[in-house]
Amino acid sequence: MKEIVRGAAVILLVSAILLFINAELNDGGGSAGKDSITVYNWGEYIDPDLLKQFEKETGIRVIYETFDSNEGMMGKIEQGGTSYDISMPSEYMIEMMQEADLLLPLDYNKIPNVKNIDPYFLDLPFDPGNKYSLPYFWGTLGIAFNPTLLDGQTFESWDNLWDPSLKQQVILVDSARETIGMGLNSLGYSLNSTNLDELREATDKLKTLSPNVKAVIGDEVTQLMINGEAAISLTWSGQAADMMYENEDIDYIVPEEGSNLWFDNMVIPRTSTNIEGAHAFINFMLDAEVAAQNADYVGYSTPNLTALDLMDPEVTEDERFYPDEETRGHLEVYRNLGLEMLGQYNELFLEFKMDMK
Amino acid sequence: MNNKPLRPLYTIPYTAWILLFVIAPIALIIYFSFFDLSGNFTFDNYNNFFSSVYLKLTISSFWYAFLITFFTLLFSYPTAYFLTKTKHKQLWLLLIIIPSWINLLLKTYAFIGLFSLYGPINALLETTGIGKQQILFTDFSFVFVSVYIFIPFMILPIFNSLDKLNPALIDASRDLGANSWTTFRRVIWPLTLNGVKSGIQVVFIPALSLFMITRLIAGNKVITLGTAIEQQFLVTQNWGMGSTIAVFLILFMFIIMLITSSKDRGTTINGKIK
Repeated sequence: MKEIVRGAAVILLVSAILLFINAELNDGGGSAGKDSITVYNWGEYIDPDLLKQFEKETGIRVIYETFDSNEGMMGKIEQGGTSYDISMPSEYMIEMMQEADLLLPLDYNKIPNVKNIDPYFLDLPFDPGNKYSLPYFWGTLGIAFNPTLLDGQTFESWDNLWDPSLKQQVILVDSARETIGMGLNSLGYSLNSTNLDELREATDKLKTLSPNVKAVIGDEVTQLMINGEAAISLTWSGQAADMMYENEDIDYIVPEEGSNLWFDNMVIPRTSTNIEGAHAFINFMLDAEVAAQNADYVGYSTPNLTALDLMDPEVTEDERFYPDEETRGHLEVYRNLGLEMLGQYNELFLEFKMDMK
Repeated sequence: MNNKPLRPLYTIPYTAWILLFVIAPIALIIYFSFFDLSGNFTFDNYNNFFSSVYLKLTISSFWYAFLITFFTLLFSYPTAYFLTKTKHKQLWLLLIIIPSWINLLLKTYAFIGLFSLYGPINALLETTGIGKQQILFTDFSFVFVSVYIFIPFMILPIFNSLDKLNPALIDASRDLGANSWTTFRRVIWPLTLNGVKSGIQVVFIPALSLFMITRLIAGNKVITLGTAIEQQFLVTQNWGMGSTIAVFLILFMFIIMLITSSKDRGTTINGKIK
């Protein structure tokens, strides 16, 4: 009997200690005070030197964490274990987070550098008046291809992917909105279509692409393209920039029928415990020199007008990564379609994947 | 002090464990499977499961799980048999078990390199005159990698049952005039069938719900129930549908367990699963 009582006591004690440590860690994991902020960003999406520079300039320590999907990020913020002070959701996710009341409004008195941003990227439908968010990077979705592996073949439109000579060559993204969106675009429909007939038609059209599809994968595609393992892929502009940096044969286009224009934006989640520090961070990232250095490192397009002047004109004049306003007019920003519709997209995407081979 | 009246106390940790980590999660999964996206009670998820997409998905999951289990068994049984005949069998067994300690994802990534167009396997094919083949993103690569991953789990139970086999029985069979094939078929196989059954359980059930390998190695050209569950929870945030698929997965597992634990002789798994 004694042994059991003792055993139970030990277990209780250990649990109590663990609980205490857990509570301590949770406090420490978020920004406990004025001297630190917790930044929650996409992987490989900031120049680490800039974090050091920020710490030096402001004396605020940066705790840096990364995520790999908007949905996963939102889930973690909603659950509230860590007090994140900054996050970088994409546009449709800002609508969702706002609906779930997860964002704090920005105080523009503390962000004078907002004047550096190209007005084109402000006051967009997903966040009118930029109440909660400021753009961090933007880009497009298009086709990356390696002409040396394709006898010099080039691409102008989505329909080019259906060319019968491209058997087992095309790599698609394992994401419903991008892939179904490609089908919608190629038929001339909106990327935000909620018309079930249009979605069905797009899925059926995608199914006819099956013989040309080599795989449907995620970020692994970058390495496959660089190594010349794959010749064509559905790719985001910055990812294409990474490929082209490593392998000069690769080219990137935004198809003429239209495509997706996206924005990742800085927001302050409701979990923030250092709102002052979060504003300082946003203001710092919008500084011309900082934004230029960051864009140079990350490879995506910066919405910062003053930074463009400081960057290599060869980059900023490249129509593939900085398309002019007219081209941008053909592009469409994702809207939050609601979970019901997202489920619909995913079910069709699953159907398409099942049908491959 | 007499230990007897204390017995029930000793079962507390076990009961607590089962309640908290087995019963409760399953109950939660079943509970969630009855709710739609907006939190209303519904049977729609079950109706939806019987729509063509998920039914097709289930059939294809079973087919691949069957292939994986079949090839794993085909390779493991002889290996386990020869292991019991070696001199340092524990050492050899250890060598086979060790790779299973390495992280699954790490091993999978290694195969991406091995199978790539410019990887060692294609280099070998080229020097032998067969020429470059697209190995990655095929059914072959998916089954191959899965079999590789599951082999240790199949070898272990088979090895144990072969090792426990009394050699006198084999001698007796020989003395009575049976040739090696008959000895295997009438003596060794029936007596090690339990090892084979537990091996099948350990392989077939996880094989039904593999999901990372389907993307990394098969490029999503193979879709399993695991992929669908992952997508429902992480992307669509439709916990109800995700749970419903999980309920069916649990159901299938119970069926497999029932089949593989039946005492009937000659209930070979291969026939039933297909």
